[in-house]
Amino acid sequence: MSLWEYANPKKFMGWTGPILPWAFGAAGVCLVTGLIWGFFFTPDDYRQGSTVKIIYLHVPAALMAINAWIMMLVASLIWLIRRHHVSALAAKAAAPVGITMTLIALMTGAIWGQPMWGTYWAWDPRLTSFLILFLFYLGYMALWAAIDDPDTAADLTSVLCMVGSVFALLSRYAVNFWNQGLHQGASLSLDKEENVADVFFFPLLVAIAGFVLLFFALVLLRTRTEIRSRRVRALQLREGRR
Amino acid sequence: MIALLLRDLRLATRAGGGFGLGLVFFLIVVVLVPFGVGPETEILSKIAAGILWVAALLAALLSLDRIFALDFEDGALTLIATAPIPLEAVGLAKAIAHWLTTGLALTVAAPVLGVLLQLPSGAYGFVALTLLLGTPALSMIGTFGAALTVGIRRGGLLLSLLVLPLYIPTLIFGAEAVRRGAQGLDATTPLLMLGGITAGAFAMLPFATAAVLRINLR
Amino acid sequence: MLEVRDFAIERSGLPVLSGLNFSVAAGDALILRGPNGIGKTTLLRTLAGLQEPSAGTCTFPPDEGAYASHADGIKTALTVQENLAFWGDVYGNAVPDAIWDWFDLGDLRDRFAGTLSAGQKRRVGLARLGVIGRKVLFLDEPTVSLDGFSVKLFTQFLRDQHLASGGIAVIATHIDLGLDEAETLDLTPFATSVSGATDSDEAFL
Repeated sequence: MSLWEYANPKKFMGWTGPILPWAFGAAGVCLVTGLIWGFFFTPDDYRQGSTVKIIYLHVPAALMAINAWIMMLVASLIWLIRRHHVSALAAKAAAPVGITMTLIALMTGAIWGQPMWGTYWAWDPRLTSFLILFLFYLGYMALWAAIDDPDTAADLTSVLCMVGSVFALLSRYAVNFWNQGLHQGASLSLDKEENVADVFFFPLLVAIAGFVLLFFALVLLRTRTEIRSRRVRALQLREGRR
Repeated sequence: MIALLLRDLRLATRAGGGFGLGLVFFLIVVVLVPFGVGPETEILSKIAAGILWVAALLAALLSLDRIFALDFEDGALTLIATAPIPLEAVGLAKAIAHWLTTGLALTVAAPVLGVLLQLPSGAYGFVALTLLLGTPALSMIGTFGAALTVGIRRGGLLLSLLVLPLYIPTLIFGAEAVRRGAQGLDATTPLLMLGGITAGAFAMLPFATAAVLRINLR
Repeated sequence: MLEVRDFAIERSGLPVLSGLNFSVAAGDALILRGPNGIGKTTLLRTLAGLQEPSAGTCTFPPDEGAYASHADGIKTALTVQENLAFWGDVYGNAVPDAIWDWFDLGDLRDRFAGTLSAGQKRRVGLARLGVIGRKVLFLDEPTVSLDGFSVKLFTQFLRDQHLASGGIAVIATHIDLGLDEAETLDLTPFATSVSGATDSDEAFL
């Protein structure tokens, strides 16, 4: 049996149904553990004080904001190439989750920025990039909402997602060039010496795992909803012609 | 393709073609800015280049929804799609026609309007150069956006929402090149990037335009 | 020669016609009949290549097809001459001088298309078919808003110019064109039954 058969809507509904509660459960456990551990059982930073603890929301949300877009891009490509409906619907389902993650990253960033930089908003390259990403999400969702025919909408949004990805990447470099900012370097990386200390690092990893699981569970849930509403549409069309 | 280009140019200059509307809009925006920020020469000359770029971008945006919508409504687009012109060439011809009727005019007008905004004397050449390099990309990206929204009733607002984020890199490099040039710094990198975006847009987007036109004409 | 085999088509994801088989020889016309909504327009658009059939094949000499919808694509800001010259340029043909007589457009030649009546505009739209010189025409309600005289002109053009020179025409129409030699195909028996859902939505049932 080919892997693609799991993408058949009926099969997809079948295997995702039992997984869903486990996904939500695991997400909840990881989030609660990671956040409580991070908020209450890590020392204050010698320079940033307790404000640093917002990192446990900020970093995972920012990570998921970008990964959600990448997931949408991959799903769009799969739809354009193999025309699996579930793939298109998953891309549609991921967008609102992705935009929420972007918003969380932006807002926690602003709250963190006030004590650190003395301002809620600075036209720093990273902040600006996320604002631009937010605009791309908005456009993508608006296009989905504007088109009646679901297959046409899936085709057009997929092309927009591909073209948008190129321009989003370009914007990222343009913004870096435009303003060297205040934002600190990446908090996480595999090769860098200046990684955050282990005490902060492990709860952060757990929180990130929580966000990944939460994203997975939410997208799964929303995709199932989209499949159901397509099914309703198909039934209505069939009734209408009888 | 040339026939289509010539037809579009002819249509744009005929009554109701909308040629010049973008230019007038550009003028009005530039006139409004000093009312908003005050008449101080120093402030104006500092923001002049940026205002000219943003205003040019908005003026180019204004005429985008005419690119395909008119041909779509009267059925010409369907007939063109079945004619022996590849849709990629149709997208290209439309973008070039849009640039010739708006982008080129904006490029010529921008240094003149720079006077109103106290543009620093060193920046005039850069404003003209960057607009000349950058506005073709605005037209091509806009043509893609217009093709994307052609089947949507009252898609004008949506078109702006989709196209404006795509304009960000062009705007950043264009305005940055003027800023650096005016201050006597080296503006080679942003100019090259600007040219690169235009070249890339013309290499890539005609195909995307044709793809979405095909989908919309189904 | 136009040949259509096991053709099935859909309109916005819903199947409308299936199991179509027909062929039209050079110099012949085929008239499509059927009630509103049966899928005549969709069939013509699919034959012209604007959308993919959901099954089957349609073959005719390459680069010979042309489509005419009920919208003419006439540009109101151009003159009649300019409108036709544009299509001539696109297809690489000169506008034949006889076209003005065929469609009785001689007096309107330099008028702006925006000042024409609906019927006159329609004649200009049909004159396009004489300009582009394509052999296989897919015509969707070509006689909408034409008066009896103009219909006769159009039938004459089809018979004496187009079909006589080995052309093919597939025409969806509700009126009698007076093209008695043309075959007629009633589409009603080919309408897809309710149970036959399409690929795209069937996946969700």
